[in-house]
Amino acid sequence: MSAMADTTLRSGEKLRVTRSRRNVAWTGIGAVLIVVILAAFPYYVKSGVLVIMIQGLIVLALASMWNLLAGYAGLVSVGQQAFFGLGAYFLLIPAMHGLSPFAALPIAAIGGGVAGFPLWWLVSRLRTGYFAIATWVMAAAILQLIERFQSIGGGSGLPLPGLVGYNPAVLTADTYWAALAVAVLAMAAVYVLLRSRLGLVLTAIRDDERAARSSGARVGVARLLVFVVAAAGCAAAGGVEAIDQLQVTPVGGGGVFSVQWTAIMAFAVIIGGLGTIEGPIVGTIVYIVLQQTLQSHNAWYLIILGLVAIGIALFARRGLWGLLDEKLNIRLFPVGYYLWTPGQSRRRRRNGSVSAGTDVKAGSAS
Amino acid sequence: MAWVNAVIQGILTGGLYALFACGLSLMFGVMKVVNLAHGDLATVAGYVGVGVIAATNVPFLWSVPIVVAIMAVLGYVLQRSLLQAAISRGELITLIVTFGLSIVIENGLLQFFTANTRGIGTGSSLISASFSIGSQITIAWLDVVIFGLAIVVLLGLQYFLSGSKYGRLIRAVADDREAAQLSGADYRHVFGIAAGVAFATVALAGISYGMTTVIDPTSGTDTILLFAFAAVVIGGLGSLWGTLIGGIVLGVAQQIGAQINISDELLAGYIVFLAVLVIRPQGLTARRSES
Amino acid sequence: MSEAVAPQRRVDSGTPLLEVHDLVVHHGQLRALSGISLRVYPGEVYAIIGANGAGKSTLLRTIAGLHRPSGGSIVYDGKNVTGVRPDKRATAGIVMVPEGRRLFASLTLEENLKVGATYARPGPWTIGQVYDLFPWMKERRNQRTAQMSGGEQQSVAIGRALVANPRVLLLDELSLGLAPVILQRIYGMLPRILASGVTVLLVEQDVSQAMRVATHLQCLLEGRTTLEGRPSDVTAEEVEAAYFGMGSSTSADAKSPVRSAPDVEGGEA
Repeated sequence: MSAMADTTLRSGEKLRVTRSRRNVAWTGIGAVLIVVILAAFPYYVKSGVLVIMIQGLIVLALASMWNLLAGYAGLVSVGQQAFFGLGAYFLLIPAMHGLSPFAALPIAAIGGGVAGFPLWWLVSRLRTGYFAIATWVMAAAILQLIERFQSIGGGSGLPLPGLVGYNPAVLTADTYWAALAVAVLAMAAVYVLLRSRLGLVLTAIRDDERAARSSGARVGVARLLVFVVAAAGCAAAGGVEAIDQLQVTPVGGGGVFSVQWTAIMAFAVIIGGLGTIEGPIVGTIVYIVLQQTLQSHNAWYLIILGLVAIGIALFARRGLWGLLDEKLNIRLFPVGYYLWTPGQSRRRRRNGSVSAGTDVKAGSAS
Repeated sequence: MAWVNAVIQGILTGGLYALFACGLSLMFGVMKVVNLAHGDLATVAGYVGVGVIAATNVPFLWSVPIVVAIMAVLGYVLQRSLLQAAISRGELITLIVTFGLSIVIENGLLQFFTANTRGIGTGSSLISASFSIGSQITIAWLDVVIFGLAIVVLLGLQYFLSGSKYGRLIRAVADDREAAQLSGADYRHVFGIAAGVAFATVALAGISYGMTTVIDPTSGTDTILLFAFAAVVIGGLGSLWGTLIGGIVLGVAQQIGAQINISDELLAGYIVFLAVLVIRPQGLTARRSES
Repeated sequence: MSEAVAPQRRVDSGTPLLEVHDLVVHHGQLRALSGISLRVYPGEVYAIIGANGAGKSTLLRTIAGLHRPSGGSIVYDGKNVTGVRPDKRATAGIVMVPEGRRLFASLTLEENLKVGATYARPGPWTIGQVYDLFPWMKERRNQRTAQMSGGEQQSVAIGRALVANPRVLLLDELSLGLAPVILQRIYGMLPRILASGVTVLLVEQDVSQAMRVATHLQCLLEGRTTLEGRPSDVTAEEVEAAYFGMGSSTSADAKSPVRSAPDVEGGEA
């Protein structure tokens, strides 16, 4: 399973490059175990807890996507709520035509991804700051467009058909599984993307875009792919939110087009650790804890979340996970590489402490 | 004639948009900062105005310089502390920090002032009065006053930048930060001055906005930021008077959109904005070359 | 061809105005300077020569405060200024004319000078004095500098530094992009600058030019000092060896940088 590359030093000796973890198998098994345990939750966990977890899983999916955009492709989007909302509506419309909302989730995801293409064309040539504002305008414009269609509820939204008559406990469980599926798929997508050649391209872009371009890396394609995947992921999450809320409302406190969603996903990522795969998990946990302790209808949790995010962005760039990582040197998701100088072997590495091998963490922000 | 009215209304509104935009343009031109909290700062100014009037009962006209002074100082302090720290850590972090600031401000306002809208009571009948040209064109005095204010502010900014010591320093630092340091200028102090000036214009913009319409905590991002940025982009970055042109184009587009369909006002503006972004990307994607 | 500048006598006693001790500077992982030391005495013209990449500009920029050294110290007028910000060094009297001129592009000629004068120390140099030194500037004071020739821009850059009334004037690669005739005209200003009490530390790729104006010479190669002394005390071969870092077994075709005639471009291949 280790991808090895051989490079030759000036002196003719060979350098070896391997994956940073020998036992990817262990991580894989561990991940599957966790998912299995989580999937079994509805059988022995209370509904109240499940509801909280649904929120958490939605945020986790969103955070993974925002992390992919900003932490790896350097795209700071403050308009992701556009796709979140679109996903909700792409779920609503098939449901209005008789399809079960759960079955409509893939449609929402695909719809979001497809919508990503023309929107990417609009914003792709813009630099960081302009890109951010353009995404914000894009979201505002899409909201305006959607609100004009009375058939899908106009400015006040519509209840989601197809969920009447559901046993509440079963509905919660089904919603939970949908949320879990979306979150797992989102994280899996990120992991696969980063382990692929694309992952290296993305890291190269983030470190130095001009150099990446001139070295031939398919920068444009990489960023497009990331944008579309993020669009699909956010749309899927929006679909789950619609199911969870039993309705689709465009504006207002919990409105699907509200910028609060981008704020939540961005803050979760920053606090957890921008540019690390594990970051969104940590950030989501922090978000849920804050939200629960400060009651979700209070504006306080967003204020505190925002202040903490600002503080961490300035002083602990790699977030809480980054701090943990430095202390314990763990990596849950091995996407990095080790560089072995000639003469080093694994055994010597474990015995020796300060090795000449350089840990090139492809999965983390510099 | 409704169309003529609409165009005139749009032009006058353009003045307000220019007021929103010039501070944003200044901060981007000098510090290369896209301040996502810009609109919210205008809202803050509006709320500070409401607060000052309520707390001290001064006549409205007195509250204006007070608010402007408070915001200017706030701008200097915020720039020297938070924004400078963010700038030195890169564009990504700066965006994140200003975005975070925007959310914190909005929710802070929500928390302390509730979501209710506020208006700035001016206590003057002049403000709600209007006059007519001919039989079919009605123009509100307030709109004219604000347009005039915008012109005065832009003229003032132009004079400040071209004729004063700090104006020169600001332009020099914007051109070449290192060379300015070599000439003895502390660029962080100059950035602070620029931010103070930008915040002062934002204060005027926020107060004016509060007079024309009611404000609520989310006005900052819902409307102001986007209009400000649209005016800057449409008019062309780096040009102060360009923000006026951009503002006018935006205002007119919105009013024409409203004539077509009353609910299309905002959408028309967004479409024009996005169209400019797409058609004129070279003006936006080309970075100001750093020496 | 303008007349050569008569080198001033160096006063080797007394306190140096500027001292650098064992300076080590890194650019990221790359070590640009490995233990550079020098002493500049008041009133002299100290020239630093060397090939591209030798570290000359890095040295000057570090003295000006734009780079932070990883090791060593800089002492100015008896005080350690190693950690002092560049703008504070400028107001204290260390003013640099940077490589590539770095004029303020959107400002006019006079505005450029005005910026230079904003935080000036008290002293003889005013904008009027600069116009005396460069009479052509008076008519073009309101022109944007971007449209001016290289030599004119260089003059404006020097003027901008002069109006700050420096004690130590740092000149970084004046010769870049300038025709030799123009360069000599600019170097011809040196006597007047020196006469006003300014000490000059310059970096120059054109060795013959440097030899003509300097009272003291230091050659750098790959971040180290390979030669130091008065122009009158060093031979052409020594300079060549120090410059290139090898024995003087150069081919007959290669021009020695020292032997090139004054009106030909400095001799780098």
